[in-house]
Amino acid sequence: MALARLNNLYRQVIMDHAKHPHNNHPLPQADHELELRNPTCGDVLTVQMKMQDGKIAAAGYTGTGCTISQASASMMTDQIIGKTPAEVEKMVLGFSDLVMGKEVPDQAKLLGDAVILQSVAQFPARIKCATLAWKAAYQALEESERND
Amino acid sequence: MGKKMNNWRADFPILAQKVNDEPLVYLDNAATTQKPLAVLQTVRDFYENDNANIHRGVHTLAQRATERYEQVRQKVTDFIHGNDWHEVVFTKGTTEALNWVAASYGATHVKAGDEIVLSYLEHHSNLVPWQQLAKKVGAKLKYIELTADGQLDLQSAADLITDRTAIVALCHASNVMGVVNPIQAVSQLAHAHGAVMVVDGAQAVPHLPVDVQELGADFYAFSGHKMLAPTGVGVLWGKLALLNEMPPLEFGGEMIANVGLYETDFKEVPYKFEGGTQNIAGVIGLGAAIDYLQAIGLEQITKHEQELISYVLPQLQAIDGLEIYGPQDPSLRTGILSFNLTGLHPHDLASALDMDGVAVRAGHHCAQPLMNYLGVSATARASFYLYNTKEDADLLIKAILDAKEFFLNGSC
Ligand SMILES: Cc1ncc(COP(=O)(O)O)c(C=O)c1O
Repeated sequence: MALARLNNLYRQVIMDHAKHPHNNHPLPQADHELELRNPTCGDVLTVQMKMQDGKIAAAGYTGTGCTISQASASMMTDQIIGKTPAEVEKMVLGFSDLVMGKEVPDQAKLLGDAVILQSVAQFPARIKCATLAWKAAYQALEESERND
Repeated sequence: MGKKMNNWRADFPILAQKVNDEPLVYLDNAATTQKPLAVLQTVRDFYENDNANIHRGVHTLAQRATERYEQVRQKVTDFIHGNDWHEVVFTKGTTEALNWVAASYGATHVKAGDEIVLSYLEHHSNLVPWQQLAKKVGAKLKYIELTADGQLDLQSAADLITDRTAIVALCHASNVMGVVNPIQAVSQLAHAHGAVMVVDGAQAVPHLPVDVQELGADFYAFSGHKMLAPTGVGVLWGKLALLNEMPPLEFGGEMIANVGLYETDFKEVPYKFEGGTQNIAGVIGLGAAIDYLQAIGLEQITKHEQELISYVLPQLQAIDGLEIYGPQDPSLRTGILSFNLTGLHPHDLASALDMDGVAVRAGHHCAQPLMNYLGVSATARASFYLYNTKEDADLLIKAILDAKEFFLNGSC
């Protein structure tokens, strides 16, 4: 049955993150924040981060979206905690390559659980959903660099 | 009306394929339609036998190409019941046509303090050009409300259209709600107050008989690719007097009568708008599409879509948790159905349907103000056309039920 192929995209871990997302809340003391819109569906996602000692001490996100964008935001916010902005930027670029089907060196080490979203590469129409939260984090960090 | 009943399907070679190992069910016709062999062969024949640039050169091919191109102008005129072929301007689509009306007619006729009346149903291409114009000249935008079931509220139209109104711009049929607007009634309101009536016909011309004069339109725009023709060609129809008052927007070859070093005389309507080499093969393909549609008959196409919607709508309504936007009475609808399954984002739904070979669109359908009005960020949309069958409808229903099972009743 064709739907069996859906399991390739919507793996259990992804469904779990979407149903019970991590860090899906506003971060009152955030010092980095960015809102991004998925242009094809109009979904809006806001990512917030709090820095401490040059590292991301807390991350959160708000907004609604599809299963893929919600699961991806949940995993992303998990993975960036404890990382420096430079490390996060590297992760975002790696994640972007990953979901476009490119080889990413040391992907498991770089991206942790989020490597499961590799399956999105087989569904090109959904790449934008997967990368939305990551782009928001990247741009939030970039913006503050520019302001510094 | 099984698949045997549909005699037109075989004319569309693209439909005979599998997608994700399932037979393709193409239900994204509001975005663009497939092309029949008659159109494909006409375009090929033009390139194989008559290709040359038009209106220039005295050689035989140039004359043949010019003739084939210009014949389509008369064909379009007859098709939408215009008055005179000079009223037919070829554009690259609805978007360009509406932009030209706003940027040329609008910019020279709409003044500070004037009002432009639109509706909540509008596609961005019949909304953003007016926003830009309003900003530029200091005019004000007003939006006609919808009734509870998603139809244009004529009372609201009557309230909003006043002597301050310069332009009323309205879609003939909505690309989201599947409703046909009472253009004639709104035109009468507009004209009673001295306003100009602009109609976005992108979702009407492919599906129902259109008579621009009976509708009372002053401008009427539509796209070829939504009515079996190639992409990159469309029509701006306008009343001759109004087109004559419009300055051209693109300057260059083809649109000039005489060029001096410091002054240039432009050609007559419609040529003054068609600057540069046009989409000649596209226009000729549009002519073939019109022939194809007329051979079937637009009444017949409307009837076919009505039958399909009457068949599929009750089945959709019976799915628990499926919300359908717009009127629930099939007789008030075109072949467009927008819906959401509670608890499932339309992107996830569309991906699931695609696994079953069913092509629908998910998103805001270039109608974000309407999405806000409905209180959703996006919807799924299935849109039927002449080559769709009851079997397609059955496969849509099955795919929705599969998706519902997978996402909402599954183990997770
Ligand atoms: C109602 C309506 N108006 C305008 C357009 C724009 O048409 P085009 O993209 O062919 O210019 C569309 C198509 O998407 C439409 O559905």
